Amino acid sequence: MTPLLTTKGLSRHFGGLRAVDGVDFALIPGEIRAIIGPNGAGKTTFVSLLSGRIRPSSGMIVFDGADITTMPAYKRVRLGVAYTFQITSVFANLTAFDNVALPVQRTLTDSRSKGAVRTGVMAALERTGLADRAGTLAGQLSYGHQRLLEVAMGLALKPRLLILDEPTQGLADSEIDNFVTLVREIARNATVLLIEHNMPVVMQLADRITVFNSGKILAEGTPEQIRANPEVQDAYLGATHG
Amino acid sequence: MRNDSPAKIYALHIGVLALLFALNFVLPDYHQGLFARIMALAVFAMGYNLLFGYVGLLSLGHAMFYSAGLYGAGLAVYHLGWGVPEAFVAGIACGAVLALVIGLLALRTSGVAFMIVTMMFAQVFYLLILYFAAWTGGDQGLVVQQASRMITIGGASLDLTNSTVRYMSALALFSVVLLATLAIVRSRFGRVLVAIRENEERTKMLGYHTVANKLAAVVASGAICAASGAAYALLFGYIGSSFASVQYSILPLLWVLLGGAATTLGPLIGTLFMYYVTDITSGFTSAYLLIVGVALILLVLFAPKGVLGSIRQRWLGWLP
Repeated sequence: MTPLLTTKGLSRHFGGLRAVDGVDFALIPGEIRAIIGPNGAGKTTFVSLLSGRIRPSSGMIVFDGADITTMPAYKRVRLGVAYTFQITSVFANLTAFDNVALPVQRTLTDSRSKGAVRTGVMAALERTGLADRAGTLAGQLSYGHQRLLEVAMGLALKPRLLILDEPTQGLADSEIDNFVTLVREIARNATVLLIEHNMPVVMQLADRITVFNSGKILAEGTPEQIRANPEVQDAYLGATHG
Repeated sequence: MRNDSPAKIYALHIGVLALLFALNFVLPDYHQGLFARIMALAVFAMGYNLLFGYVGLLSLGHAMFYSAGLYGAGLAVYHLGWGVPEAFVAGIACGAVLALVIGLLALRTSGVAFMIVTMMFAQVFYLLILYFAAWTGGDQGLVVQQASRMITIGGASLDLTNSTVRYMSALALFSVVLLATLAIVRSRFGRVLVAIRENEERTKMLGYHTVANKLAAVVASGAICAASGAAYALLFGYIGSSFASVQYSILPLLWVLLGGAATTLGPLIGTLFMYYVTDITSGFTSAYLLIVGVALILLVLFAPKGVLGSIRQRWLGWLP
């Protein structure tokens, strides 16, 4: 199958630090891919390169057959690459409704009616279970709800690739269960790439796992293969699964 | 930006406009003239507020947009003998074009650098006015003659020096700009502007070209401020370099802060308040600026969001 996204020799150096170092990576349409790895392995830098928030030092990124290596972030979003932030960055002083209206109104290029925005916003809020909090200021939502709002904003962009950076961080166990269900549902219409530290979540959700270490891909495979990989156990899983 | 009670919002704005209309028939001559001036200058404040309040860009150079309108309209009448409507449009066009050029250059910066860059451009503009004194009248300024401040439509003619005509013209401009800003801030464009103010990086990651949106806001803001300047030249008949000085870049900032940044009616309240405090205190003492300063300090201490900003925060969350 033609990959949705590929990188070739993708690198990003910060001074002498090779945060991402010659990564060749491919993402199959429709899959849920998890990226795991110890702190400082370059996971966030890698997805930031994909989303266009930072520019690569060298290498190439291809999305859906088009070279997007030098494309500015906002254009990548329009192509369908959506990114949700590791540190929650909803618009705290705007209502949940307005937060989601921003991505919704941008995707509605042909329709000018106010009703279309409202419908789109409420649909995204309902999918994430936030419909009854539409009028609440985002900053007054609980942390878990802010994370869900972040996902709702990502969803409203109608992405073809949704990048989630540590989405379950700070969520309660009960919230995590809902979250797993939500990501599965999203994956029916989109490819999902998530960075995640919570191993049970990764093992439940991911079709395949990519393990990063020191800016390079250490291993890649199904959850079973990764679990059985001795190198991965050494680098990362050792403490919890060894 | 709220999605509830549009009826209340429109009722409030129409009510304010109706009140201003009625005041024309009630106010004594002196205050009628003062109000006409305040409404014209409130338009300047509204233009400033669009950029400062809603986009969060603090410019210290808006005197150049105001005086671009002032000179654009004034010089067109004075030197070229243009009619009032053409001169008014010329003034706005001057402000919009200037804002486009300045915006393209200044938006490469942000924060303090943006303040400094806009201030420097405004100083250049001010010095150019002084340098070309042969055309602009330099620091003496120019007086636009009464005879050229007439609008002739068919057989009827409107004399802009007549106090009622002047009041109604200022009110008409004020109404148009107030309703236009209300429409902008309630639109999708307005929502994007506020998002840029709150978190530009995040707005980019929702697929918005934030620089293009900011540039559009600078041009809209510059055009509105120029409309205010053009109206001032045509209604009050004086164009002078003092309107391009740094003081006139600071004043709209103060008016907006006083009335409430990012509120549609705040600019009017701030302008009205400052004008009357200055007017009343200067009757008692030559140190009136001291009293104005004290009033400002008190406001910042006790109502840092300005008059309407504080009211919105405490009681009326639906205020746009």
